[in-house]
Amino acid sequence: MKTLVLVEHDNTKVNDATLAVVTAAGKLGEVHLLVAGLNCGSVAEAAAKIAGVSKVHVADDAAYANGLAENVAPLAADLMGHHDAFLAAATTQGKNVAPRVAAHLDVMQVSEILSVEGPKTFTRPIYAGNAIATVESTDAKLVITVRGTAFEKAATEGGSAAIEAVAGPGDAGISTFVSSEIAKSERPELTSAKVIVSGGRALKDSETFESVITPLADKLGAAIGASRAAVDAGYVPNDYQVGQTGKIVAPEVYFAIGISGAIQHLAGMKDSKVIIAINKDEDAPIFQVADIGLVADLYAAVPELTGAL
Amino acid sequence: MKILVPVKRVIDYNVKPRVKADGTGVDLANVKMSMNPFDEIAVEEAIRLKEKGAATEIVAVSIGPAKAQETLRTALAMGADRAILVETEEEVEPLAVAKILKAIADEEQPGLVILGKQSISDDSNQTGQMLAALMGRPQGTFANTVEVDGDSVTVKREVDGGLQTVKLALPAIVTTDLRLNEPRYASLPNIMKAKQKPLATKTAGDYGVDLTPRLKTLKVAEPPVRQAGEKVADVAALVEKVKALGIA
Repeated sequence: MKTLVLVEHDNTKVNDATLAVVTAAGKLGEVHLLVAGLNCGSVAEAAAKIAGVSKVHVADDAAYANGLAENVAPLAADLMGHHDAFLAAATTQGKNVAPRVAAHLDVMQVSEILSVEGPKTFTRPIYAGNAIATVESTDAKLVITVRGTAFEKAATEGGSAAIEAVAGPGDAGISTFVSSEIAKSERPELTSAKVIVSGGRALKDSETFESVITPLADKLGAAIGASRAAVDAGYVPNDYQVGQTGKIVAPEVYFAIGISGAIQHLAGMKDSKVIIAINKDEDAPIFQVADIGLVADLYAAVPELTGAL
Repeated sequence: MKILVPVKRVIDYNVKPRVKADGTGVDLANVKMSMNPFDEIAVEEAIRLKEKGAATEIVAVSIGPAKAQETLRTALAMGADRAILVETEEEVEPLAVAKILKAIADEEQPGLVILGKQSISDDSNQTGQMLAALMGRPQGTFANTVEVDGDSVTVKREVDGGLQTVKLALPAIVTTDLRLNEPRYASLPNIMKAKQKPLATKTAGDYGVDLTPRLKTLKVAEPPVRQAGEKVADVAALVEKVKALGIA
């Protein structure tokens, strides 16, 4: 089987999320990549070095500069004439583009796969991860999004794939990119961080969140996350949200601070290797999944912990 | 401008779904059902656009069992003007839903179609994007802010690194994220009035759409259960544990 993986990038470097998709694609067959962007030569070169990749298709055109789904999907659908499966990360970018590709191909997409069970059989979470469905596609071609935390990341070195320029239909002329407000941060990215410190509604307001959570995260070189309640209350921006409707994470160590552990939050972090919970309510559901729990007032406990590390 | 708002009847978000003992699916018998929360946000956004004068009529659509009428009545009580139920007892996949919605859009000619970004039942997150592709129209997915201006709509989208703003030519498809708005509750008088609003009942056959599923569900199982660990007595004990993990 020949697969085509959508490379997620910012025209400069490959996003880590793509590496897990390459691993998933490798379980199906030969791995080809699609780099669609503008002046994205360095991305194509980096992509060609990813272990297990045999070809990189590059579409370098202003129409693809910002990854607009209206322009990228027809390009991917054209290339699918010579491929059997299209895969993208289950990120906001992948989720935006893949179903559009599926509709162009008249294929029912398999969303957010957790494992590859056979050439057309996959597991995927439903009901916010409260159930896991095993599904088999009956379509001639496959369109798949991949949950990044469920697959190992492919090595960024070791491959020597051929790079081939491709031309697509270009600008569909129905959508334009206006602007983006992407938070610039020295911190590791939430979905690839080894350690995450997350805060919940108990942090009261944005100043408190900052003064309690940030020093601990700094000390550990950790990414900062938050529960939906903390995001909805405006303590932190929406891209901090960990949960079924936010980001799905699986770090080595996850600190849940002042987070009660609603189902929707647990769905986003329960695959973390070690979960550490600090909460003053000893009956909080978070303690049912935490490896290490501390029942304490976070305002005293967290600074004390930060100071002692 | 007309706005089309598809809504889905799903397990209420407060109910914990139970996997059936025979592994064929999730038990929906005697479980409280409600409108998909993301779809409520879609209905609310359509009503706000109408209140601002950007829209003239709101048509709610549901594809599902006869009981999905209740979901449509909720949309009507919130402020939609009329409703269409495409009745089927089958489970309908996003691709087939998108095809039915495309046929309805061809008839109704809406300027905007506003959908929830995903249903909280099968979590596919596909229908809006598929509909946009089938209609050959632009999509503003995971919307945080929607502003209609003449023949275009500007959508601020919630993306992984923050926010992205795109400008789309109308007609366009918008899918809602959590923070777009807070849906209103329907008042009792509006619930009563909603009973008089028009609700047309159709079948998938009326739109020439084949509902045969493309994905076969082989099995539905409970996820692996994570066991609780230990509670430590104080911060000093926690510090020891954290140091033992080798991250500090």
